[in-house]
Amino acid sequence: MRRLALVGLALALALTGCATQPESAPTASADALSGEITVFAAASLTATFTELAADFEAAHPGTTVALNFAGSSDLVTQITEGAPADVFASADTKNMAKLTDAALNDGEPVEFATNVLDIAVPPGNPAGIETFADLAGPDVALVVCAPAVPCGAAAAAVAEAAGVALTPVSEESSVTDVLGKVTSGEADAGLVYVTDVIAAGDAVEGIEFRESGEAVNTYPIAALADSSAPEVARAFVAFVAGSAGQKVLRSAGFGAP
Amino acid sequence: MTYGGVPRWVAVVAAVGALFVLLPLVAMVTRVNWAEFVPLVTSESSVSALWLSLRTSLAATALCIVLGVPMAIVLARSRFPGQKVLRSLVLLPLVLPPVVGGIALLYTFGRRGLLGQSLDVLGITVAFSTTAVVIAQTFVALPFLVLSLEGALRTVGTRYEAVGATLGAGPTTVLRRITLPLVLPALVSGAVLSFARALGEFGATLTFAGSLQGTTRTLPLEIYLQRETSPDTAVALSLVLVVVAVVVVGLAHQTAAGTYLRGRVTP
Repeated sequence: MRRLALVGLALALALTGCATQPESAPTASADALSGEITVFAAASLTATFTELAADFEAAHPGTTVALNFAGSSDLVTQITEGAPADVFASADTKNMAKLTDAALNDGEPVEFATNVLDIAVPPGNPAGIETFADLAGPDVALVVCAPAVPCGAAAAAVAEAAGVALTPVSEESSVTDVLGKVTSGEADAGLVYVTDVIAAGDAVEGIEFRESGEAVNTYPIAALADSSAPEVARAFVAFVAGSAGQKVLRSAGFGAP
Repeated sequence: MTYGGVPRWVAVVAAVGALFVLLPLVAMVTRVNWAEFVPLVTSESSVSALWLSLRTSLAATALCIVLGVPMAIVLARSRFPGQKVLRSLVLLPLVLPPVVGGIALLYTFGRRGLLGQSLDVLGITVAFSTTAVVIAQTFVALPFLVLSLEGALRTVGTRYEAVGATLGAGPTTVLRRITLPLVLPALVSGAVLSFARALGEFGATLTFAGSLQGTTRTLPLEIYLQRETSPDTAVALSLVLVVVAVVVVGLAHQTAAGTYLRGRVTP
């Protein structure tokens, strides 16, 4: 078992070079690439990775990309319990570290995007929120993520940096749940990622705030050691980190790594 | 005692079925970190979640009895047009994914919901309160009580009730002295099922009530959250939930069997 892990690690290190090479000639390698991969990606990547998977399949006709979206910690648990995955894209470095600690990665994880928090309010901003400090108002029904999940940890970090004591009415387990409470008008404001506000369209209004830079979330991606199509997995990682992937991510509101 | 000739293949399949149910529980127990078990389940957040779960589930069960008994009686003892449709609709929460129930409740009792605005005028805010948890639990648990009670009412028939009525008892007396004592075991087991369902309620609560320690974060929500950072806590609390459920169901089964026997003897 240990030996296998070491071999995996050696292989991972040996392949790092390949993974980080820019996707210089996607068309040249298009014919060579074939196989099916399953990508486990953080829930916040749902829209972008759906698009990227389609783009990748178009660029490499012999390949199929299946997607599985969930919270990063869910995904990492599934992978360590043996779920068949070829690529893992995490919403934070902490969950990626769980994977690398278990030596399940093929190549060093590549950081491919960043995300910051934004205040989401229902259309019309009924509570009149303008600044981060307004969130602490006595009549504001604020919803945040629980400190145990990445978006909640970010919210806590931002609040501390801003010196504002938040008293949320609910601490949700995922950013989707926070957004749901805001779009339904149950909450006056919620702290979500800027990409969530963009994805929600007219359902919410986003309010940027100065202190958001205090908690920048970094997204790493890695191919997995147990992949049945390692070539395709590595190519997908390179594709996401490359210019085509970055363009899609940027237009969804993600920051450069 | 009675005919006991169960074909061997039936017993084999039954054993497979039992394994299917029990094996995951055993697997969970093997993952419990026993050294840390007591500190994990007695932490402030765990105790607060367990206490909240027990309180809200009891309140939901009481509401289920208050609302469910009349519903079962009407469904079992009267005839009116559209009764079949109504019964299916009443039982809907049973088959509805809980998260759908949560969304429906949100649009009813939420701040911008159907009743939410009127409640707001009365100064009642359901959103993010313990009341919301009880509403969600009652919504999903009510069909269990209605279903078991209605079945029992149909099974016992109306013979004794008719006799009571001919002897001059009014409808309420018949209900109180004859009908309810007859179906008491079913009422108890229905209430227990409702309690167990309320205790396990997750999806509707998460969608409708939110999650805040001591106010809306029940044990299943706490388990879901702890999984993120401390899988050991999640497993330990899961075991607590299983034990509570087993104890409650076991006790009620005893009580129900007892009442049933006594019920047989007295009339």
